[in-house]
Amino acid sequence: MYSKGFKPLAAATVVTLATAMALVFFYAPLDADQGFVQKIFYVHVPMAIVSLCGFVAGGIMAIAYLRSGDSSWDLRSYVAIHISIILGVGVLATGAIWARASWGHWWVWDEPVLVSFLVVVLLYCVYYPLRFSIEDRERQARYSSVFAIAAGAFVPLNFAAVRMAEAYTHPRVLSQTGGNLPGEMRLTFLVSLLAMALLFVTLWKLELISKHASMQLKRLKRKLAERETVAA
Amino acid sequence: MIGAAGTILRKDIRLELRTKESVPAMTLFTLTVYVLFHFGLDRDSLDGELASGVLWVTLLLAAVIGVSRLFAAEREQGGIDGLLLAPVDRTSLFLAKAAALFLFLAAVEVVAVPAFGLLLLGPGLGGALPELLAILALGDLGIAAVGALVAALAAETRARELIVPILLLPLLVPVLIACAQATEPLLRQDQAPEDLGRWLGLLTLYDVVFVLLSVAVFDYLLED
Amino acid sequence: MPALPLDEAGKYVAGAYVVFLTLVVVYVAIIGAKIARIDRELTELTSEDGE
Repeated sequence: MYSKGFKPLAAATVVTLATAMALVFFYAPLDADQGFVQKIFYVHVPMAIVSLCGFVAGGIMAIAYLRSGDSSWDLRSYVAIHISIILGVGVLATGAIWARASWGHWWVWDEPVLVSFLVVVLLYCVYYPLRFSIEDRERQARYSSVFAIAAGAFVPLNFAAVRMAEAYTHPRVLSQTGGNLPGEMRLTFLVSLLAMALLFVTLWKLELISKHASMQLKRLKRKLAERETVAA
Repeated sequence: MIGAAGTILRKDIRLELRTKESVPAMTLFTLTVYVLFHFGLDRDSLDGELASGVLWVTLLLAAVIGVSRLFAAEREQGGIDGLLLAPVDRTSLFLAKAAALFLFLAAVEVVAVPAFGLLLLGPGLGGALPELLAILALGDLGIAAVGALVAALAAETRARELIVPILLLPLLVPVLIACAQATEPLLRQDQAPEDLGRWLGLLTLYDVVFVLLSVAVFDYLLED
Repeated sequence: MPALPLDEAGKYVAGAYVVFLTLVVVYVAIIGAKIARIDRELTELTSEDGE
């Protein structure tokens, strides 16, 4: 069900990723202020954008589940959130490295992306205990969907609030998402963003394939066990 | 629907007035936290952003207690099934519970805010009272809507007491940001509100989103 | 803070990209292992059933 078109997708992802890396290191010019360290921007920011979109997408898929009752939507939502959390942790890690390289500290509070992600990752960490503390599968899916929707709506609001707060306490103009990126940097950034988005979809499909196969296997085992007990 | 919500709300208020389980505990909690902050920060008086932060963090932590107990009465008396069997739609239940939480928070603040002015605040509260009330009202509305939603989400999980704080508090970060930033200039010596419109605007947006979302989604919870 | 010299900065940039690639590789490896296990169990079952 999910494996249609996977191979070309994976291939496209690998190609785009390789292209992006090549652009980052051989094409994009060196930043005047931050020097070589600025290259982290091309992996940190796309991860952030894709992760945030992934959380919102997880919320939308959860809406689809609640309206249709089709549990494959719940599975899609779960996997989207799962991968977004992993990317979110990556955002925090790469952000910390960037902070350390740029400002000497492993954490800075005046980076709205970093701070927003701390809150978002903390929030979504509750997804797993909430989900797995409910045993009934249908109720588990329903409650997880409600969480996914609330959290998905929360993510943009949180981003806005943190951004507003930072503008007040630290009126430093950090051109990280690049209001005025020069052409070569912009191209590199866009390709990196595309690569990250393709990577997300590929990993998402991959995990769906794996989970689907595992469910089929369980069903098959159960059927075989039933047949044996009937025959016995 | 409003009628049904009103009935549930009245029942909850009557129950709270009789048993006095949530509001006094929440109020006592805020006073205790003020004392903790006094010793923890080693300060006699606060103003500006420190005062604003201490006040709002304390109120949020007290809200966690209120949220944990929001469906307690139904659970303890096995009443939640009774509520669900009756032809009450979940929306009424949400409105009632959110309204109850809002009223409990307001009741706590009637004591907690003046107490803060007395114990920890340097400049007086009087001058900026109307603005402070507006911030409290919009902030409490957001806390009430999200609190009722979280209470329902956690109502039937086994690890309820653990899940409510770690679920509720991150969701309330935008409320904290807006309320603390809006309150900060009011608690300074000069007490002139700054950019109040911005922060009230953010609070209103948050409140609208989460009230509508919770109303839409509550039907899928507490079903059986 | 002035920009780090190229050799020092290189370590940090490498670190960031290594973190990213590690996350991806570990994730794919875990799923790959799961799929391999499913495949194995499937062949076991089909060989049992075919008897």
